[in-house]
Amino acid sequence: MFSDPMKNALILPALLFTTAASAAESPVPEKIEYNRDVRPILSDNCFYCHGNDPSHRKAKLRLDLRDEALLKEAFVPGKPEESELVARLFSDDEDELMPPAESHKKLTDTQKEILKRWVAQGAEYQQHWSYEKPVKATIPAGGNGVDVLVRQRLAEKGLKPSPEADRRTLVRRLYADLLGLPPKPAEVAAFVNDTAPDAYTKLVDEVLKSPHYGERMAIGWLDVVRFADTIGYHSDNPHNVWPYRDWVIKSFNTNKPFDRFTIEQLAGDLVEGANQETRVGSAFNRLLLTTQEGGAQAKDYEQRMLTDRVRAVGAAWMGQTTGCAQCHDHKFDPFSQRDFFSLGAFFADIQEPILGSRGDGMVVGTPEEEAQLAKLDAALAESKKVLAAVQPQIDAAQKAWETDVVSAKVELAELKKDSGASEAALKSAQQILGHLKQPVEKRNAQQKKQVTDYFLGVYEQFKAERDGLASAQKTRDAFYGPLAKCLVTVSTPQKRTVRILARGDWMDESGEEVKAALPHYLPQPKIEGRELTRLDLAQWLVTKDNPLTARTVVNRVWKQFFGIGLSKVLDDLGAQGETPPNPALLDWLACEFMDSGWDMRHLVRTIVTSETYRQTSLATPEQIAADPENRELARQSPFRLEAELVRDNALAIAGLLVPKIGGPSVKPYQPEGYWENLNFPTRIYPADTGESQYRRGLYTWWQRSFLHPSMVAFDAPSREECAAERNRSNIPQQALVLLNDPTYVEAARSFAAQILSECQGDTAERLAWAWQRALQRNPDATESKTLTALVEERLAAYRADTKAAEDLLKVGLAPVPEALDKAELAAWTHVARVLLNLHETITRA
Amino acid sequence: MRAFTDTEVSRRAFFSRASQGLGGVALASLLHPSLAGAASSGVLGKLPLPQRAKRVIWLSMAGGPSQLELFDHKPKLAEMDGQPMPESFTKGQQLAQLQGAKLICQGPQFAFRKFGKTRAELSELLPHIGSVADDICLVKSMTTEAINHDPAHMFMNTGSQIAGRPSMGSWITYGLGSVAEDLPGFVVLMSTGKGRSPQPVAARQWSSGFLPSKHQGVQLRSKGDPVLYLNNPPGVSPDRQKGDVAAINILNRQRDALVHDPEIATRIAQYEMAFQMQASVPDLVDLSGENAKTLERYGCVPGDGSFASNCLLARRLAERGTRFIQLYHRDWDHHSLLREELPLRAKEVDRACAALVTDLKERGLFEDTLIVWAGEFGRTPMMQGNKGPVGRDHHNKAMTIWLAGAGIRRGQVYGSTDELGYAAVENVATVHDLHATMLHQLGIEQAAFTFKFQGLDAKLTGVEGGKVLRDILT
Repeated sequence: MFSDPMKNALILPALLFTTAASAAESPVPEKIEYNRDVRPILSDNCFYCHGNDPSHRKAKLRLDLRDEALLKEAFVPGKPEESELVARLFSDDEDELMPPAESHKKLTDTQKEILKRWVAQGAEYQQHWSYEKPVKATIPAGGNGVDVLVRQRLAEKGLKPSPEADRRTLVRRLYADLLGLPPKPAEVAAFVNDTAPDAYTKLVDEVLKSPHYGERMAIGWLDVVRFADTIGYHSDNPHNVWPYRDWVIKSFNTNKPFDRFTIEQLAGDLVEGANQETRVGSAFNRLLLTTQEGGAQAKDYEQRMLTDRVRAVGAAWMGQTTGCAQCHDHKFDPFSQRDFFSLGAFFADIQEPILGSRGDGMVVGTPEEEAQLAKLDAALAESKKVLAAVQPQIDAAQKAWETDVVSAKVELAELKKDSGASEAALKSAQQILGHLKQPVEKRNAQQKKQVTDYFLGVYEQFKAERDGLASAQKTRDAFYGPLAKCLVTVSTPQKRTVRILARGDWMDESGEEVKAALPHYLPQPKIEGRELTRLDLAQWLVTKDNPLTARTVVNRVWKQFFGIGLSKVLDDLGAQGETPPNPALLDWLACEFMDSGWDMRHLVRTIVTSETYRQTSLATPEQIAADPENRELARQSPFRLEAELVRDNALAIAGLLVPKIGGPSVKPYQPEGYWENLNFPTRIYPADTGESQYRRGLYTWWQRSFLHPSMVAFDAPSREECAAERNRSNIPQQALVLLNDPTYVEAARSFAAQILSECQGDTAERLAWAWQRALQRNPDATESKTLTALVEERLAAYRADTKAAEDLLKVGLAPVPEALDKAELAAWTHVARVLLNLHETITRA
Repeated sequence: MRAFTDTEVSRRAFFSRASQGLGGVALASLLHPSLAGAASSGVLGKLPLPQRAKRVIWLSMAGGPSQLELFDHKPKLAEMDGQPMPESFTKGQQLAQLQGAKLICQGPQFAFRKFGKTRAELSELLPHIGSVADDICLVKSMTTEAINHDPAHMFMNTGSQIAGRPSMGSWITYGLGSVAEDLPGFVVLMSTGKGRSPQPVAARQWSSGFLPSKHQGVQLRSKGDPVLYLNNPPGVSPDRQKGDVAAINILNRQRDALVHDPEIATRIAQYEMAFQMQASVPDLVDLSGENAKTLERYGCVPGDGSFASNCLLARRLAERGTRFIQLYHRDWDHHSLLREELPLRAKEVDRACAALVTDLKERGLFEDTLIVWAGEFGRTPMMQGNKGPVGRDHHNKAMTIWLAGAGIRRGQVYGSTDELGYAAVENVATVHDLHATMLHQLGIEQAAFTFKFQGLDAKLTGVEGGKVLRDILT
């Protein structure tokens, strides 16, 4: 059912009422509960004008605080007939009616009735659920809190849990959710045949040990911190941050406690014992959008960067839509504009250019590499010293030479008669002569450099010193170039001044200056006598007193395993978000997560070992009628794989996947000209060759302004903003990608080659082999018949048209096995292609 | 036989991006009998206002064309040429590349002429647009909030300077759906002036942001596949493609009978749609059926990827029912070489813009097609001389745009700037106003057209909304 019918009703009243009228108009509860029943109505319809933001408040009335509402006599508790609020809701007078017509808000009869009954029952308020500390329900020993709390709720609702999914589905589900890869047929068979009572938990433990677990878990986190390979704005040039992506993967694989994971990202430079690893984690602070546009104003972008960072912390850890408070106090939550800029002030110490290139960042080498670089840097410094010692003599010689040239005592070689110099050389020498004829102080920097370069070209002395430096520089640069580098956080005592900007206007410098401070409405740390730092912020986010962080994270992780959050608005646990239908479950998981020492693997294991998780996703018509969105969890839900995993799945089935972990981002095939509208500089896209072509989707080069089109088609976000939530669309472009993108055509022909070389049987046996490989089950008779017909038809066609077969087999860089018959391979490529395109193949059930 | 109802078909849709009203969207499209991805009704159903515009053709002059050479004639500025810009105009204002520089007035670099019955003043560089001056409405008092290209494009396209918001084409197809049976509802075409190094334009300019992905703009390309991944792989004939799609759908249907997952029905429809697009898009871009007179009128050679060709394609898209057609023509960023480059850009668009107006008129499409011609910002009355031969800097206090068709007053000039063309002073219009006006003509009440995102009823017209420019409407 729709737990929040009014939101949808506002947008689409007619449709909802024809299709889901019963759900939208649930009966008015006997006992009204403020958080569950009243707050959503007030928040969505009233707080905009009668809430937290004073600048927009009408009639000086606020309804979000009981005392304030009473002061203005908005209602008389217990006496709806004497209450102004109730009278206004039911008024026939357009001037009296609330909400007013111009707000385009209209309450349903049920909603009005709820408010009336709420006043009748005393108009009690509750603190918003997510700002209270979560309370951990008591779970009987040996029970899984997930199951206990889900079952409790199901019993209340009169629903029954579903049976466990079949074993094949279970193992496929686990692989998809924990690794993002399909299991091999043998792995499925082993589990199906394992009769031990703990077969499933053994499987879970086995899967959790895989290094691909970290890759799978990283995807969601990289979305929420908006990790990408480019700066985002305007020219969208590259910036070096890929080691951070590997740091995230490694953090999940080593099960770094989430509190530590948090602290290293926000303050990896400030923690005790800061080292390369913690500093790479602090790249989080550098992932934001930046610009290299000429004419961009520093104050403008200083402001953009501050707000970008506040939104990021709000999204990733707090589940708060802080962005609203950039220009005014939040209209629905207690987050104020002061809170916004005070939170931004935590980042005022980050050393960085506001405009222009970010530079290379920190070298992230092995200890050996770093030692070698230090050695080469020392050698370079030494060579500079050696040259500096003789520099005065060289300068003197240049001065003398210049005088000689100007007085025509010396003639430039190119300008001598019959010098045989090329046109270009002649021209350049004439230019030098021109420069020389001007007094030194009149030459610009470029002209001076040209003169010096020319002189050094003809000057014979101190060659050893000069060549020594050139060679030391060259050696050092050659070694430095390929080393991994990462933008990291470096703190500077010269903090930027942070002001509250009226309406977010960066031109206005009259606003009050603020220091770093935590949102006023949340528990405060006891720190006195010094300014707060990013480290304080990080530690505060992961104290057990903070009611938001664990809930926010657990809610997001839950979505990975059920397709929807426990509170379905992942990026907003505030007033405009959704009170979870089962708040006890979210709270229990949040507490369990914190109590376990922020143990992510424990959290994941708790979820996936629950019976709730293991239920079948086949829904009965009754279940769908009772709970269309599956919010009560009386079953599992099927959903399409995420963009990266659609790719991984196809490459794995085809046997093409290179399972290497980490490294610089890679460039899969991409349509020519896709980057043609990039500029400064213009860019070509050189698709990778060799193993880099077959890496997992999460390593794809993330060009913010032109993300790879296959990724876009399957809803990968551009990561310009933090994305807690991905669309899960079903659009024609997805069909075009799976049918025609060379990546998938190549996968199909490679898969076909495997079918033919690995299975020597007849068509039926080969189809069974292929089905096992792609779906880990056998085809049934009709399925087999459909593709038998296809392969026979295709085989005949390609035998008659070998050119077409050859053309098809040329797609992609993977070699075509010589031993295979081309027509047969082309025909089976179609079989493979059909399998890779199936809904079942790209769905986790 | 399936025991599942249409309501159930919509179930999966509610899982997609949150619930926040979005469920309703997918529901609307799924309940549509065609079940097809691009051709669908929107969420709005019956519209609250009369629909004057059935579609929009938005001509984006990327880089920011100079209104002071093209539309906004300022004799006083010519008088002041070379003199310091009076500080009373510029004090405390945000500038881009001229920030902190000495500010000098620069008179118009080209002459103006009077056109049409209305004697509208337009640049000598735009004789063809001048020839349809009686059909268009100039808005000389347009302003924007941003002064750098990327944020200004975002603001013009999405009503927000924060990346990741839905573009106007997405909003409109979300609201109204599209009548194009087998084409995307929101199409983007890109052309580049033959000149220097144009400003980049990011794909986020046609992103669907937080709206369902099906509403993202689809770029129609002049080189390679006209739509990404449209062409079959080498060796795969249309028949074979058809056979494969049929096999995929048979197997999917069979699976559906077993698991009853409504997403499968949608998937099947999307494969059919994709296959249809493989035929309809090539048909759309094939200009061989256009007669010589038409090609001559637009001034294009089929397949040349020019703005003129794109205008002709825009008309073909309009005929086929595409809801929002956006053309970009790049390289209007004249910090320098204004005298040299501006005439070239003007020439590249002038004839085709006029041809589009007259062609739509002849075909009876002008009355219900809204045309908008606009850059992302205007340019300063002050000269910029630090980049070579003179130019003008970015400017957000004044720009000129024009609109036509679909209930826009013909031959009108709306709003004006001060005597030096620095700031709009009369009937000052904002980007939100422009969006509000466009939505109004489409039959949409802007303040009520919302989508729940991050707790807010997000609108194309921003938190505060815009005002409909009623004076430019018939």
